[in-house]
Amino acid sequence: MAEYLILIFEDENAYATATPDVFQQVMEAHNRFAGQVGEKGGKIVEGRALQPTSTATTIRNDVVTDGPFAETKEALGGYYLIEARDLDHALEIAKLTPARFGGVEVRPIMVFDNA
Amino acid sequence: MADAHRREWAFVLAATARVAGDLDLAEECVQDAYVSALEAWSQQGVPRNPGAWLTTAARRRAIDLLRRDTTLRRKLPLLVEPDEPAAQEGSTVIPDDRLRLVFTCCHPALAREAQVALTLRLVCGLSTAEIAQAFLVPEPTMAARVTRAKKKISAARIAYRVPGAAELPDRLDAVLTVVHLLYTTGHTAPDGDGLVRADLVDRAVGLARMLGGLMPDEPEVRGLLALILLTDARRMTRCAPDGRLLLLDEQDRSQWDRPTIDEGIRLVRGALRGCPGRFALQAAIAALHAQAPSYQATDWPKIVRLYDLLGRAWPSPVVALNRAVAVAMADGPAAGLAELDDLERDGRLAGYRYLPAARADLLRRLGRADEAVEAYRAALELTANHAERQFLASRLAQVRGD
Repeated sequence: MAEYLILIFEDENAYATATPDVFQQVMEAHNRFAGQVGEKGGKIVEGRALQPTSTATTIRNDVVTDGPFAETKEALGGYYLIEARDLDHALEIAKLTPARFGGVEVRPIMVFDNA
Repeated sequence: MADAHRREWAFVLAATARVAGDLDLAEECVQDAYVSALEAWSQQGVPRNPGAWLTTAARRRAIDLLRRDTTLRRKLPLLVEPDEPAAQEGSTVIPDDRLRLVFTCCHPALAREAQVALTLRLVCGLSTAEIAQAFLVPEPTMAARVTRAKKKISAARIAYRVPGAAELPDRLDAVLTVVHLLYTTGHTAPDGDGLVRADLVDRAVGLARMLGGLMPDEPEVRGLLALILLTDARRMTRCAPDGRLLLLDEQDRSQWDRPTIDEGIRLVRGALRGCPGRFALQAAIAALHAQAPSYQATDWPKIVRLYDLLGRAWPSPVVALNRAVAVAMADGPAAGLAELDDLERDGRLAGYRYLPAARADLLRRLGRADEAVEAYRAALELTANHAERQFLASRLAQVRGD
């Protein structure tokens, strides 16, 4: 099995204006997702939600600034590191990842040969 | 020899890729095999089964290279799956390696232009220079595009296999789209002189036939082949001797290739069973044109109904545009123009040259000359193809009363 990172990008404004109901639904979706990944024969190595981009700090050329690295319409909001057989398997799992206010990116983890 | 190259390339490369476990290595070994074939066959004559000869030679070379250099770092490892249990039990149904190759080249994780380039390179065996020329792109750019695509297949671990039943419809649609895109690029070169890039067209036909042979039970595959054949049957009549573009209403139908049309129509019947997909429906429309004795005598109401079905299977604004043109023929130019005006407001076809061109034509037929002039000008601004530009320019002159 290989490792892939699923990056969740969503419109932060949607969360800023969301009702408690919405948050509840999102939580439940993520809980369900964990079970679904196992059913699909994959594995979640780890997953985290990130605090919003207003809490981010960027360093470039030793200069520290407030805010995310890149200002984008949909911001990085969380990730899952998963194990999957191949890209199709990873995509199958990624399609189930909750991201109703945006989408996900699937990136294969670099493997360094120790030769 | 060139013939063997064309016909056998996909078969040999696909089979070698499985053994080599690496796309670059496979390509190298296949090229070596063709070189040794050149020598051997010129002395001993062409073998009865050139494909088998080449495959054996290429695979042998791959195994040899891998064995000799056990530390051979596979530059672009290919994720090859072992044969399914059914195949191992000695069943006669073994998935053709060419299908694995085609589905891999057309994986949705690859950008469309990468899918096209990779298919031409690995399935058709065109050189990078030839592909670059077909798409009017510098050779290093095309080489980089192909390399990037191969790297992605390797790095992201796109498996070398035919998709399972659940994913097959979408994956097949991507393959058929690539083959159709090859055909339409050849059929109407987007830029430069000349309307037909004959080699691309031949390759597309070849690919469609190959898919038809490998997946005979898939109606959409039949639909694609039918669509390509029915369109290609008109190849000889698309240009006047002076290179002028001729539309359907002006083409000399007696010059249409009837045997090809007949084959297309037979295929369409098979493709339309059950719930017809978008290729079957496009083919059905092409079949109605092919069977009509003249443009005027075409069954336009039926074509409009087929476009209705097509629009449901494939909600694309281009389909809506083509439907509007058919509506203009069935119900008069004003009706068609109303639909085109809706499409313009919608905005999704901004920059698509056939929208102003179609509007211009209908405005011309309605006698609204000034608006027609504006529309022809707008179309010209978006059109690079020489033959198409000449056509639009002559219509513009006509409408201005030059």
